[in-house]
Amino acid sequence: MHIMEGYLPASHAIAWTAVSAPFVAYGGYRLVRIVNKHPETKLLLAASGAFAFVLSALKIPSVTGSCSHATGTGLGAILFGPGVMTLLGTIVLLFQALLLAHGGLTTLGANVFSMAVVGPYVAYGLFRLVRGVGGSLAVAVFLAAAFGDLSTYIVTSAQLAMAFPDPAGGIAGSFAKFGAIFAVTQVPLAIIEGLLTVVVVNVLTSYSRSELESLSLLAREAP
Amino acid sequence: MARRNLILILAAVILASIPLFMSFEGEKVFGGADGQAQDAIHRIRPDYKPWFSAIWVPPSKEIESLLFMLQAGLGAGLLGYYIGLRRGEAKGRRAAEGDASY
Repeated sequence: MHIMEGYLPASHAIAWTAVSAPFVAYGGYRLVRIVNKHPETKLLLAASGAFAFVLSALKIPSVTGSCSHATGTGLGAILFGPGVMTLLGTIVLLFQALLLAHGGLTTLGANVFSMAVVGPYVAYGLFRLVRGVGGSLAVAVFLAAAFGDLSTYIVTSAQLAMAFPDPAGGIAGSFAKFGAIFAVTQVPLAIIEGLLTVVVVNVLTSYSRSELESLSLLAREAP
Repeated sequence: MARRNLILILAAVILASIPLFMSFEGEKVFGGADGQAQDAIHRIRPDYKPWFSAIWVPPSKEIESLLFMLQAGLGAGLLGYYIGLRRGEAKGRRAAEGDASY
């Protein structure tokens, strides 16, 4: 989902940066608040960032014959809320833009919006929704992480379609092209991300009960 | 839990492996989707010139993979440390509670 450096027209690059900036600022505010209010969850916060670090570094082959990577932002969004993942996801993207020439500074705003804003918010919203209608923790986590991942790539496709409308098919035609590259490739990867996120949450519910309770992800009850 | 997680991880590994056993046409098999999008941009707008280029590019594929490994390794290390720490704590707690009940 990395839009490469310089591959968005300047007006688009500026617009996406402006759209993403308030989300990043809100993420910083949320991070400080959580660390102050629940200092005992600091290490879990770092671990959630680490999960995103690992998953976004692994390029996995897909059924389309190309490779892409998961995002890992769903876990932290479920645990700490989406704002915090905006900040952590931005750090991951900045690391990749500066040291790996993956993504870029001019496209950072757009990439932050897809991976660190839409992904975490979709994951968080879906998690709340599925839990609200009585879905089990595992099902809610799976759907949240998988669709958070997929939504990131759909947004990337839309961003590129808006910047590069097809001469014949317009934005819709272009969206179909970029969607075929990104979104279709991402489907099995999104499922993988969903499965792995459930694994981590399973581990957390066994060993980190007190932290999950203080984040009110689990009701206070005898294990 | 261990059994359930093992099944989930196995499912993830199988999903990631299936494409390796499929056959694909074309010269850039298992290339990155990011690069394909770049090619698609050039097909849609052959005149488009990127107006900014990366400030620093890893000088070789090796250095690039080194940095990707570093990213994954640091993340996995921290994640493993966290889970190991909490697992040990939970075990210690259970052992202490077990002692108290005697």
